Amino acid sequence: MPVLTYREAIRHALAEELERDPNVVVMGEEVAQFNGAYKVTEGLLAKFGPKRIVDTPISEAGFIGMGVGASMLGVRPVMELMFWSFYSVAFDQILNNAANVRYMSGGQINCPIVIRGPANGGTNVGATHSHTPENVLANHPGVKVVVPATPADAKGLLKSAIRDNDPVFFLENTILYGDKGEVPEGDVLVPLGRADVKRAGTDLTIVTYGRCVLHSLAAAELLAKEHDVSVEVVDLRTIRPLDIDTVLASVAKTHRVLIVEEQKPFASVGSQLAFMIQREAFDELDAPIHRLATIDAPAIYSPPVEVEQLPNPRRVLQAALEVLA
Amino acid sequence: MTKKTSTTAEKKPETAAKSAGFSQAPINAGLSGEQKIGLFRTMLRIRRFEERSLRAYQAKKIGGFLHLYIGQEAVAAGCCSLMGKDDHVITAYRDHGHAIAVGMDTKGLMAELYGKATGCSKGKGGSMHYFDPTRNFWGGHGIVGGQIPLGTGLAYALKYQGKKGAAMAFMGDGAVNQGAVHEAYNLASLWNLPVVFVIENNGYSMGTSQERSSAGELAQRAAGYDMEWGQCNGHDVYEVRATMDKFLSKAREQSRPSTVEIDTYRYRGHSVADPDNTYRSKAEIEEYRRTKDPIQVFQDQLVAAKVLDAAIVEKIDAEARAEADQAADFAEASPFPTPDDIQKDVYWEADNPSERKSHGRLFFE
Ligand SMILES: Cc1ncc(C[n+]2csc(CCOP(=O)(O)OP(=O)(O)O)c2C)c(N)n1
Ligand SMILES: [Mg+2]
Repeated sequence: MPVLTYREAIRHALAEELERDPNVVVMGEEVAQFNGAYKVTEGLLAKFGPKRIVDTPISEAGFIGMGVGASMLGVRPVMELMFWSFYSVAFDQILNNAANVRYMSGGQINCPIVIRGPANGGTNVGATHSHTPENVLANHPGVKVVVPATPADAKGLLKSAIRDNDPVFFLENTILYGDKGEVPEGDVLVPLGRADVKRAGTDLTIVTYGRCVLHSLAAAELLAKEHDVSVEVVDLRTIRPLDIDTVLASVAKTHRVLIVEEQKPFASVGSQLAFMIQREAFDELDAPIHRLATIDAPAIYSPPVEVEQLPNPRRVLQAALEVLA
Repeated sequence: MTKKTSTTAEKKPETAAKSAGFSQAPINAGLSGEQKIGLFRTMLRIRRFEERSLRAYQAKKIGGFLHLYIGQEAVAAGCCSLMGKDDHVITAYRDHGHAIAVGMDTKGLMAELYGKATGCSKGKGGSMHYFDPTRNFWGGHGIVGGQIPLGTGLAYALKYQGKKGAAMAFMGDGAVNQGAVHEAYNLASLWNLPVVFVIENNGYSMGTSQERSSAGELAQRAAGYDMEWGQCNGHDVYEVRATMDKFLSKAREQSRPSTVEIDTYRYRGHSVADPDNTYRSKAEIEEYRRTKDPIQVFQDQLVAAKVLDAAIVEKIDAEARAEADQAADFAEASPFPTPDDIQKDVYWEADNPSERKSHGRLFFE
């Protein structure tokens, strides 16, 4: 199987879908001539030309709203947000217009738009550029939210997202862009809403997604080696729709749960998961559900301290031992 | 009125002279008597529908807000009468007039106000959120200015798909102060999109006059984006059509956007919840109604041109009233949506389960 970076995997997904469907347009700040702020779209302008790969002004409300309007008439825009953090200036377009137009029209209008870009901390860019809005987005019925952790998932999920008839918000990670992994060749889709057991185990379930999958896998390795604990790591991959069945099946096996998320704890994705697990698998639990989140403050700049604010393998390991105690 | 640019006194003589000219503009001169009566009928149907909906509101049949368009009818009727098959419309929450002008059935419109399952949005949108994509009508939007980027997107899609149409994106005089509107202006001009931004300047955003909310001329702001702009009177449907025809043609033929400010006036409060006693005088309303009522003005023009006479007017009016009553009867007799309907029309996938590709839960408890 070919090995690609996470960045290349996304680029391949874009290129294949641009090739497949003439209605697909890639749009955003610096996506064309500059080859992408994070080089995700590198080479696409040369291959597909300026009608399909479009540089926008710095005007998120304007161009995302425009994409939403165009999608109502059947264009399938894939909009890049240079950082998902900038969604706040387009909030109305994303979460009033894209999320609600199907409902308010009584199902007459679809909005097949994809909005993608990185949403992560850990790069020392301070609080304005480090938002992880998956919980905020997923709070809105009508939208779908995807957070891939590996190159293979990134490619397969993005292809599904572009073909989806509902608005899909795709949250990448600048720290993962250079990560390599095997990616199946060709038209291989990963369906939205299917979690993936990234490591099988029997003593503890870690439910996680995005970059925290990698932290959890690293911690699981240490837990196996140094503490003789067998950890199962469930990667949600999609936040909404949510594959709670895979989570519950794992809980039925291990009876202990740790949720790991790069989220502020209040009303996070983990909060929702914890509610659902206790509600639907109360009798399976041998210990209270535990959760490791970002330390509850705006993202700190100071590089060595930011590492400690976010989940990291050491913090995951510590939290896991607390659940097992 | 408290508008800075168009005091009644200044404009009156010029308007009177011009309006004879507008009836002779090619787009109007070519209208048959029947088409002129059709325009008149549309305006009157809008008014009677809204008067009837106000009574239903007062009888507590309708919830939420009700923003009436009474006084502004010539704008929607005039603009939408120019639509071809690839022309599209989007507007704000004061949307009843546009919905009727694009040809939506008033039964579904009234039923939507009543929150009924037979409403044009199945009782899910309400007064502010009418939609009918089959008639190129894309809403009905509740957030001031939020629809303007969407309208720009309709134009983008037309251009992308190689269609020779135009989008009309309507907003109020208050909406021009929203950032999203300016972002849309820039994109439309930068990318040569076939959109006409229509400012329906009724002088007030809720209780705030134009004078107290906006610096400078409203339409002229378009010049900052290298866009053509124009202004016209909105009480004369001929003038609305003549002006809009010019800018719509420019959009369709040359794919250039423009901004048109149409001076108009609303007789009712901002919404029916507005007691309308803090920001303007009754005399101001009466003055407009007496001298510029768009339906009366057009009626007088048509009577003078012998297209209409008192008997025809009476017949059209009786039919418009009857239609409004029938719409209310239909709404009254229609069922409400059921609690089972609440979670329908949220996701395309959930509504098309046989074609669903994703897995997992879409809804939560
Ligand atoms: C973003 C936003 N802010 C405030 C409101 C509340 N609001 C609704 S209509 C309105 C006045 C808008 O006036 P204008 O644009 O002139 O339109 P008109 O009502 O006169 O048709 C206000 C303040 C809103 N709906 N959306
Ligand atoms: Mg106004």
